[in-house]
Amino acid sequence: MSKEKIHTRIWREEPEPDNPFAARAAYCRGYDVYGEMLGNARWVEMLYLLFQNEAPTAAQADLLEALALALANPGPRDASVHAAMCGGITGSTAASLLMAALAVGAGQLAGGREVFLAMQGWAECGDDLNSWRKRLCQLEAVPGSIWPALEHAPGFDPHGVSTATAVKQTLSCLASYRVGQYLSWLQQNLPDMEAAAACPLALSGVAAAAFSDLGFSPEQGEMLHLLLRLPGAAAHALEQRPIGYKNFPFGTLELEQPI
Amino acid sequence: MSASTRGPELLQANAGTLKSRMGTFFPGSHVIFRGHDLHTDLKDMDWVELYVFGITNRRFTKEQLRLMHSIWTYTSYPDVRLWNNRVAALAGSSRSTGNLGIAAALAVSEASIYGRGIDMRAIDFLIRTRRQVDEGGDLSACVREELDTHRSIGGYGRPLVNGDERNQHMLALARELNLDKGSYLRLAFAVEESLSAGRLRMKMNYAGLAAALMADIGFSPREYYLFLFPAFLAGMQPCFIEAADRPEGTLYPVSCADILYEGKSKRTWLKQAAIKG
Repeated sequence: MSKEKIHTRIWREEPEPDNPFAARAAYCRGYDVYGEMLGNARWVEMLYLLFQNEAPTAAQADLLEALALALANPGPRDASVHAAMCGGITGSTAASLLMAALAVGAGQLAGGREVFLAMQGWAECGDDLNSWRKRLCQLEAVPGSIWPALEHAPGFDPHGVSTATAVKQTLSCLASYRVGQYLSWLQQNLPDMEAAAACPLALSGVAAAAFSDLGFSPEQGEMLHLLLRLPGAAAHALEQRPIGYKNFPFGTLELEQPI
Repeated sequence: MSASTRGPELLQANAGTLKSRMGTFFPGSHVIFRGHDLHTDLKDMDWVELYVFGITNRRFTKEQLRLMHSIWTYTSYPDVRLWNNRVAALAGSSRSTGNLGIAAALAVSEASIYGRGIDMRAIDFLIRTRRQVDEGGDLSACVREELDTHRSIGGYGRPLVNGDERNQHMLALARELNLDKGSYLRLAFAVEESLSAGRLRMKMNYAGLAAALMADIGFSPREYYLFLFPAFLAGMQPCFIEAADRPEGTLYPVSCADILYEGKSKRTWLKQAAIKG
């Protein structure tokens, strides 16, 4: 590795005089992390700064923090948390619990890929309702993709009847920060958007609008969504361990004739 | 499973007893695997045979299974520099567990420039193109359209070099097994010929060849994708072992000077709320 270097615009470290492999100081986008940010910056400011070239405004940081709270625990009914608990009850390693939550929470139903696709919608359609109407009824598979074909409009709940109260509360709270235009526009146009999608808005759809308002790319929003949902998965997985597998649903299974 | 389309009724209909055609185990008694008793009916199955039976519910000839084995064997490289292998090795160097390191290494093998991302594009391209050609389409036009859409063709060209050391061996084996006469393999070579006439001069790589051979055996894209999951696996454990046997933290040590910073210059952090709110 003496000639080849890792290129980065995020992080620079100065070595200790006695050890080139130990950092005396670390700078994130030019800011001294341990000398100045530590004790003065909020975690969400650091989080934003890692993905963006500039620190967030106070309103952006507030919005990201509120979004992080809304996403922190999908709850034990969620498939990604269920997956983490499957590892928790059986004493699997800590990392595997998070890997399980990430793998299941990566998908097109309430997961990272859904947020990615919904954010592509914001990038392409913006606040043009007619563009959204066209997009939301097109669920075409991408040829040769590792991802399965879409079964519902990204950002909407295929099993919902009406907009869930928690989704409305989150949308209302996040829109009140007045960062960007998409959250407010979504709030104003919610009935039309839900009619176009033929199902109610999901929390992933609110998250996608919020990430877009914060200036994140679909790739960044997907990654942050994966990351910000992990705390609940971790906590529920750990909680289940002492409760034990005998007290966790195993289910009954009936065999059908193979085709 | 309920056949209704969506909504809470569908969820409710699927709550409670699970129904499966795939199998179950009867604790202390026996296991059913796709309708067969695992320990009696299937006990003599080779592992790869069981693996592809689990995926496809079909049986394959000895020759086909030999080819499938070799598709994995020929692409198991214990080279720690390869990105997925390096994940397994870094886990070893960092004194993580082998299971975590290798599971993560397999997960990252679903990449867009190699592994499952390319494998899916390769078999999808061959199946789509074959359909178009069968319907009277022009192969060169199909190739051009694919290049226009994706700027590359899955199964052709390679990240590090143009050309693939695996192909001659796989082709020799396919010939030996008489599995080299399929229409998808012919199409794959025709695509290579079409590309060789163009500016890009991309040669067929292993992903293209394996996709053609497996499509000729009758695998669908999803079956092929699932079949390939352990394709790189045998090369990963050696990388993990060697790294785990080194002194801890000595694989790819990176000094502060090995990071080429190209970002903002030093600046002063001020409490953001105070200055920007």
